[in-house]
Amino acid sequence: MNLDELTRGTGEWLRGEGPMSDVVVSSRIRLARNLADQPFLTTASESDRAHIYRAVAQAVTSISVSADDLIVDLEQTEPLDRHVLVERHLISRQHAAAEGSRGVTISPRETRAVMINEEDHLRIQGLRSGLQLEALWEEITDVDDGLSRQLAFAFDRQLGFLTACPTNVGTGIRVSVMLHLPALRLTKEIERVARAAKDLRLAVRGLYGEGTEAAGDLYQLSNQTTLGKSEESIIQTFSETIIPNIVGYERAARETLHRHHLSQLDDRVWRAYGVLANARRISSGETQSLLSPIRMGIHMGRFKVFSLKTMHELFLYTQPAHLQKLLNRTLDEDDRAVARADFIRKRLGTAK
Amino acid sequence: MYSSNSRIWVSTFVFSRAERFEGIQVVDMVCQRCQQNKATVHISDLPEKREQHLCDDCAEKVGVIVKQSHHTANEILQQFIKQKTGLGGAGDLACPKCGLTFKEFQLKGLLGCPHDYVAFQSVLSPLIQRAHEGGVHHVGKVPATAEETVKRQTGLLRLRRELQEAIDQENYERAARVRDQIRILELQ
Repeated sequence: MNLDELTRGTGEWLRGEGPMSDVVVSSRIRLARNLADQPFLTTASESDRAHIYRAVAQAVTSISVSADDLIVDLEQTEPLDRHVLVERHLISRQHAAAEGSRGVTISPRETRAVMINEEDHLRIQGLRSGLQLEALWEEITDVDDGLSRQLAFAFDRQLGFLTACPTNVGTGIRVSVMLHLPALRLTKEIERVARAAKDLRLAVRGLYGEGTEAAGDLYQLSNQTTLGKSEESIIQTFSETIIPNIVGYERAARETLHRHHLSQLDDRVWRAYGVLANARRISSGETQSLLSPIRMGIHMGRFKVFSLKTMHELFLYTQPAHLQKLLNRTLDEDDRAVARADFIRKRLGTAK
Repeated sequence: MYSSNSRIWVSTFVFSRAERFEGIQVVDMVCQRCQQNKATVHISDLPEKREQHLCDDCAEKVGVIVKQSHHTANEILQQFIKQKTGLGGAGDLACPKCGLTFKEFQLKGLLGCPHDYVAFQSVLSPLIQRAHEGGVHHVGKVPATAEETVKRQTGLLRLRRELQEAIDQENYERAARVRDQIRILELQ
């Protein structure tokens, strides 16, 4: 498998399946790990970085679970391809933009990725559609165990796994769940969710993590506390309490819209379709915000012109890097707006 | 108007602490003051057994101060990085292994090597504790290759915490199970 083949599919997390997938877009777990005998990346020299990169990449391919993973040397990868990986949520923006020896290993179904030399030496992460934290944890902890037999991780019996940032020390775990909450925004209750989440010491962010806006009503909720709680208890709080509650509120808000504001709801969904099916220029931000009511409309049975699968394809391939990759040419923002509108109309069969 | 005996809690959503711990299910109540908005702030005066349910706006108007949101770990770190004062000579501390000074850590919020946790322990510990809701001891997984004693100690810590949780939740069946597991581990 190579990057071009990867780009042709939509990846596991965008399948739109799994428990509570009407509200939960995807689940993610990542573990931060560092090699015990190497400096953290803030003080590592380029030769330290190169050494860490080789050691980790070799360890990943030597354990059986990840023997078939694709190894991407990001230093040797074109900016456009790096951006594709960001849009697929396999690497962070920072990792794409950084310099020096660094990379990522990607499992064939894209459910797993290990970022090498990001903020920590290793960021082992798992990504799946819907609410599937337990299954993800099993997969990730296996990889972690396998790697910890090959590599000596920085570990302290009091503080646990030692990380470059003290806010990750202990388990080094970050559990993130991406939620689609259009109805809570329409009923103006989203602020309350955000506040309640903050009271539980959770971070609420937009689609692409730290410092990004909630485009398309997508919100990412993640834990902040990593010391003094076990991985299982952090995961359990998410999958048994926090997420089912928010999902319940979003569903109730959708129910309210359905019962009391049906014409407004339908109007919003169908206007969104009208613009997508007819626009001659469109930005990726506008596309995402139009796909939001459509996603909700499909789940509520109010919209049947195209399927969830098509919605997910539009979602992924209208992003700047994927669009250029698909059309096989580099385009500036202005040309992209036209190309994107063309692509959407062709995909929807409304191009004339 | 509200004495120190008044209990005030906020039902932002069902998972707010108050409801979980008081075992009270607040179902769509209307504010008793404006009779319009959803009641989200609930006040009970214990001596008089009086209860009041208000919306956010009315609660503010009658002078109920709602507890501020917690700061997230990152915000705590950011504040810490910004303040840069009250550390005495800590800024000049340097790690003998990687050479990073505490001042440099404060600039970026990132440490230089695993040994920094030892070198800066006196100044890092309070920060770590605040950033992790008071957590000071790791109770999660240990590396597959860690010595047996480390595994046992971490396991014991986790079980004791679970025992406390079970007792707090009055789940005595679970507490008994956890207590047995602790005994087995302690005998090893």
